[in-house]
Amino acid sequence: MSFINYSTREINCKIVYYGPGLCGKTTNLQYIYEKTNPAAKGKLISLATETDRTLFFDFLPLDVGTVRGFKTRFHLYTVPGQVFYDASRKLILKGVDGVIFVADSQEPRMDANIESLENLEQNLLEHGFDLKVIPYVLQLNKRDLPTAVPVEEMLKSLRYKNEPYFEAIAPKGIGVFDTLKACAKQILIELSKK
Amino acid sequence: MGATDLIMYEEEFQKIKDVISKLRVDANANVVFLVDKNGQQIAATGDIESLDTTSLASLTAGNVAATDGLAKLIGEKEFSVLFHEGEKDNIHISIVGGRVILVVIFDERSSLGLVRLRVKRCSEDLTKIFDQIVEKSEKEQAKGGGASAFESPFAEITDEDIDALFKD
Repeated sequence: MSFINYSTREINCKIVYYGPGLCGKTTNLQYIYEKTNPAAKGKLISLATETDRTLFFDFLPLDVGTVRGFKTRFHLYTVPGQVFYDASRKLILKGVDGVIFVADSQEPRMDANIESLENLEQNLLEHGFDLKVIPYVLQLNKRDLPTAVPVEEMLKSLRYKNEPYFEAIAPKGIGVFDTLKACAKQILIELSKK
Repeated sequence: MGATDLIMYEEEFQKIKDVISKLRVDANANVVFLVDKNGQQIAATGDIESLDTTSLASLTAGNVAATDGLAKLIGEKEFSVLFHEGEKDNIHISIVGGRVILVVIFDERSSLGLVRLRVKRCSEDLTKIFDQIVEKSEKEQAKGGGASAFESPFAEITDEDIDALFKD
């Protein structure tokens, strides 16, 4: 649910990074944070455990510039990926405008990917969103790891609705901005239809 | 989309700012701000220059969402007031009209009792304004089925516009 303020001429949209534990959602945000001009970003907030596992969410506000005279800002959130944090994960999807699913390419994580995708579909539904309709991008992360499953095979089991997909190596930034941009683009196009 | 988008117009925005400014003075508070339940800041007043209001808004909404979850677990509808007490500064968080979150930050120059009293009065005014906003948004969006009525600033957005946003 985007928030359009005609008075201050601002528009804020919410993007949520979803995916199984340790797939690289926080790493995506950290890379974006590092590479963004300080004037365009807010603080990166991580509510994490002492071992750097996301406990509640990471949050990064990002100003991307002006569209049609409106200052456009994306609020990027990650969810905690670990299965037992489902209650928290559900909360973060509230009012989401677009979702990025970060899949872990390693062969042993395939089941976790599928489980997380099903969990996403279910949790969106509980907020009244349909994954078939909402702006959505798939990122295949960790392409550099030795047990990475071939792209075609991953798409066969994870691609949901012909959504755009990107191969990524998040710590090096490969595919990170492409993924974000594709999602932002869908959100803005969605807004233009209203 | 699951719910109607919140669209804020000049007239209501000004009313909201007036109401929270009055609350800040009446309650002797340092900062008053309004956030929607998704973590977007709606309006703020007071000594906000030194504050990271965007992060505050997001964390407040996360806090309220988590507390809401707790309430449901024990069979409550919601906890409508949250209060955090610090050494110097305190935060009073309340839910207005089931829809937005009102945050008051105050120190020893005020008191919890005073803040609670003033917040209660202010909430009634804010609820009325938000009802008007929702009504107006729904009207506009209903009219929007036709071509002319609701002019979204993004109606004519182009690929170039979007690419320009990410050019660096």
